[in-house]
Amino acid sequence: MIEIEKLEVTFTGGRKPVRAVNGVDLSVPQGSVLALLGESGSGKSVTLRSLLRLHPEKRTRIGGSIRVGGQDVMALNRRQLADLRGRVVSMVFQEPMLALDPVYTVGRQITEAIRKHEGISEAAARARALALFERVRIPSPERRLDAYPHEMSGGMRQRAMIALALSCNPKVLLADEPTTALDATVQIQILLLLRELQRELGLTVIFVTHDIGVAVEVADRIAVMYAGRIVEQGSVPDVIGNPLHPYTRGLLAARVDEAVPGSRLVTIPGSPPDLADLPKGCAFAARCAQVHAACQDQVPALAGRLGDHRAACLLT
Amino acid sequence: MTAATVTLPAAAVARSPGYWSGVARRLMRDPVAMAALAVIVALVLMAILAPYLAPNDPSKGMMLRRLKPIGFAGFPLGTDELGRDMLSRLIYGARLSLLMGVTPVPIAFVIGAAIGITAGYVGGLPNTLIMRTVDIFYAFPSVLLAVALSGALGAGLTNALVSLTLVFVPPIARVAESVTTQVRNLDYVDAARASGAGAFTIVRVHVLGNVLGPVFVYATSLVSVSMILASGLSFLGLGVRPPEPEWGLMLNTLRTAIYTQPMVAALPGVMIFITSVAFNMFSDGLRGAMDVKS
Repeated sequence: MIEIEKLEVTFTGGRKPVRAVNGVDLSVPQGSVLALLGESGSGKSVTLRSLLRLHPEKRTRIGGSIRVGGQDVMALNRRQLADLRGRVVSMVFQEPMLALDPVYTVGRQITEAIRKHEGISEAAARARALALFERVRIPSPERRLDAYPHEMSGGMRQRAMIALALSCNPKVLLADEPTTALDATVQIQILLLLRELQRELGLTVIFVTHDIGVAVEVADRIAVMYAGRIVEQGSVPDVIGNPLHPYTRGLLAARVDEAVPGSRLVTIPGSPPDLADLPKGCAFAARCAQVHAACQDQVPALAGRLGDHRAACLLT
Repeated sequence: MTAATVTLPAAAVARSPGYWSGVARRLMRDPVAMAALAVIVALVLMAILAPYLAPNDPSKGMMLRRLKPIGFAGFPLGTDELGRDMLSRLIYGARLSLLMGVTPVPIAFVIGAAIGITAGYVGGLPNTLIMRTVDIFYAFPSVLLAVALSGALGAGLTNALVSLTLVFVPPIARVAESVTTQVRNLDYVDAARASGAGAFTIVRVHVLGNVLGPVFVYATSLVSVSMILASGLSFLGLGVRPPEPEWGLMLNTLRTAIYTQPMVAALPGVMIFITSVAFNMFSDGLRGAMDVKS
């Protein structure tokens, strides 16, 4: 369903070009869920946004190819792109308070999107919005359609955001940390809802998160990103049970729930490299405990060892 | 995949209550704003109904009854330096004063908002070019700019209106530009793009919807400034010409009488003050009422 090949995204707006994504290959089969895991600035959101070409065109250089459902996203003209957005691929944002327009009721925003794509009557669009609200289990949906975003709770807003994203029956849902802004009890409800909707509607989902727990909860496969590259990918049990890349191992070791009470938390020393000035070799080399001389010379390719569980490390 | 589309009969669909009815409701509950609105309405009615309200002819003077005090028989607010009835002149004066004070603001609002939103949404070099040009005008104090423009264009009502409009375009454009720049980078604009909205739809729905409110409130606060500037222009002889009754002009012609009949001489100033304060308080109330989150 989604095929990304050698994706490179460089932001040229600043003083130095920032290489946010450096050669990402991803393929997500129809109806499956991929979790893109990584820390802030690892390029996961940038990859996601590239799928909809949301980056400002003048200040962004994009290389490689992106295909969604056989369509070459990079080759679409403005009209075709508008048809793709919302209708084939739609997106759930991290902070629903910011992603919903504060001066319109949520119902109005959903009907607007539906009418934009399908040109149906106001009444029909509103009926569909109501059905969507029931579907994402918003209590008293009729009344909530007329609420402004600030009149809803965080979890409710995110449900409304999901309803908005699903309003035109997309085939692909991109979720950009949709639970990060929510508190823990609401998080799990939203995750279960997303998982349920994904199964029922047969959606193909890319789920961006920095929370390993969330990734395990929702995903079929995990891709771990570091400094704009995928360093490891595989099925959830493979990556979690048998991490190959030192970075993935570090992430897994740093989990709070694994920590012994009273001891210091395990961390990965150092910080990610400057994306405007990437090292020649493996981007993780400077922080890696098992670094070799060869690591500094070239970027290791994503290589498989066990089936489709692959890692970009010389040691595997 | 599309099998899961849920459809419901289009019945039982209620219309959402409008945004403006909410604003009106909140405004209604604000006593200060309502009092200010009452004053504004009274002033407008006074201007419209001037021929019926004025007890005397505002332009008929008599040398024998010049500068009579407040409460003089037949002239409740006294007479001016040419023996004309002050009350009638103040009532008639509302026409030109309100016209000069109020008109420049909506015109400047339309022009300034268009410039600011365009600059803010397009960004980059066009933004720099537009906004730096605006800044040049903005650099002059508004009084100086109004006087300079009026002086260059020549005295008269139309020229005064044009110069006042030009004075208010830059600040409105600035506000519109800064709000647009903020809105443009917010997630809901990206969300709208992600759901397939084109640039025009985004500007029409999301940018206008979020920008016009604050800019409108800012513009209403300029009405009071505009009133004072308009009076100032007339006072300096750059606006309306005598013998038309206009508050600023009346202040000017009465200034020589400030020692003989100070109360009468101050009356046009009192009217300017009341009008300007009323507009200011109303715009304050409007700002509160238009904030959806309050």
